[in-house]
Amino acid sequence: MKIGIIQYPAGNVRSVQYALERLGAVVYLTNNKEELARMDKVIFPGVGEASTAMESLASVGLEDFIPSLTQPVLGICLGMQLMCTYSEEGETRGLNIIPVTVKKMEPTAEQLKVPHVGWNALKTTNNRIFDQIETTDPYVYYVHSYCVPVNDYTIATTQYGQLFSAAIQKDNFYATQFHPEKSGKIGQQILKNFLDL
Amino acid sequence: MLAKRIIPCLDIKNGRTVKGINFEGLRDAGDPIELARRYSQAGADELVFLDITATHEKRQILGKLVDKIAQVLDIPFTVGGGIKSLEDVEMLLQSGADKIAINSAAIRQPKLIEDLAKQFGSQCIVLAVDAKQNEANEWKVYLSGGRVETDWYLEDWVKRGQDLGAGELLFTSMNHDGTKEGFAVEMLAKLNQQLSIPIIASGGAGKKEDFREVFQESDVSAALAASVFHYGEIPIPDLKNYLSKHQICVR
Repeated sequence: MKIGIIQYPAGNVRSVQYALERLGAVVYLTNNKEELARMDKVIFPGVGEASTAMESLASVGLEDFIPSLTQPVLGICLGMQLMCTYSEEGETRGLNIIPVTVKKMEPTAEQLKVPHVGWNALKTTNNRIFDQIETTDPYVYYVHSYCVPVNDYTIATTQYGQLFSAAIQKDNFYATQFHPEKSGKIGQQILKNFLDL
Repeated sequence: MLAKRIIPCLDIKNGRTVKGINFEGLRDAGDPIELARRYSQAGADELVFLDITATHEKRQILGKLVDKIAQVLDIPFTVGGGIKSLEDVEMLLQSGADKIAINSAAIRQPKLIEDLAKQFGSQCIVLAVDAKQNEANEWKVYLSGGRVETDWYLEDWVKRGQDLGAGELLFTSMNHDGTKEGFAVEMLAKLNQQLSIPIIASGGAGKKEDFREVFQESDVSAALAASVFHYGEIPIPDLKNYLSKHQICVR
């Protein structure tokens, strides 16, 4: 199985690469369109600030390319946010795959900390990406300050001051706000399910 | 609900774990990779590696070690110790560290926090602070591993660190560190009220009750300890069961 990780200057992709390799995948880090198009699956990672990351994507000519991919694509963290139409972070447009606006988390009412850092429980729906996760409250690892509100494409939610999209799916595009590569056995199962799609 | 995090801390020297480690059936107690794997299996939520080597050549060894840890570890980990520059941080993050902890360098040059947050994002910048309460009941910040007293009062410095862009605070009370008599709960509660960033409590863990107390009384996000975990005095699964029975949310 050949997995492409979209390479652009937005954070550390090493952990994602290693997590996939632990599952036996052959991983290619690339921003070459022909190469990415040939991959069985594509990972769209991202850590950092949204408008800067969008500029980086545009500068390597990937802004229009990513939405045109036809194989399963998994956005992670900022990757998920950039799949949306618009983000309040840096007031930037996104890739417009999921028609929703990414919002700043404001859990002030409960005096919760932002960024939302740490392990939080996942409420999943019946989606193949959550196969064989039988724990009632699977915990996954989060680090983020912005979130995708619950919308028609939400396939899992997490509560932190507000209910937000822990994962979304539209057609071949999957995405998680949490970091499956840092979420222990649960995260590994989710990555495995993605590889098995 | 966001779970309270339990974080074992490992000291690294020349690529090896120092301080005794007492894990049943461990082949090589000095091998950080095997330890990291064991802690992850035991249910640790995160790991902190503190490099106490710090010469330039040895930093390269650290980079390689971080890369190897990232290969096996499926939970987040922070690397700290002697980090002075953007280049240090870039090397560690590229090697696979999730976060880095800065301490002395941030005090000597506070702008470093700002530069790091701008370049890499606040989420990966942990401000580590060692502080001691003196006889006048003032909390003063120390640097160089607690050897040098600074002019900073704890509450001022951590607020400044947060404003400059630190994403998390790792606060070690030098009065409590090594005593095994519990965390600096009162100060931690105060800091937790004052700061909007998550706090990791460090120094003083001796028994399970200490963890319960620090989470219940100060509501910090995480608690860090070294020897009680390394010597097997508190197995992490037992600790989590215990906390869970006391209505503290753990993973």
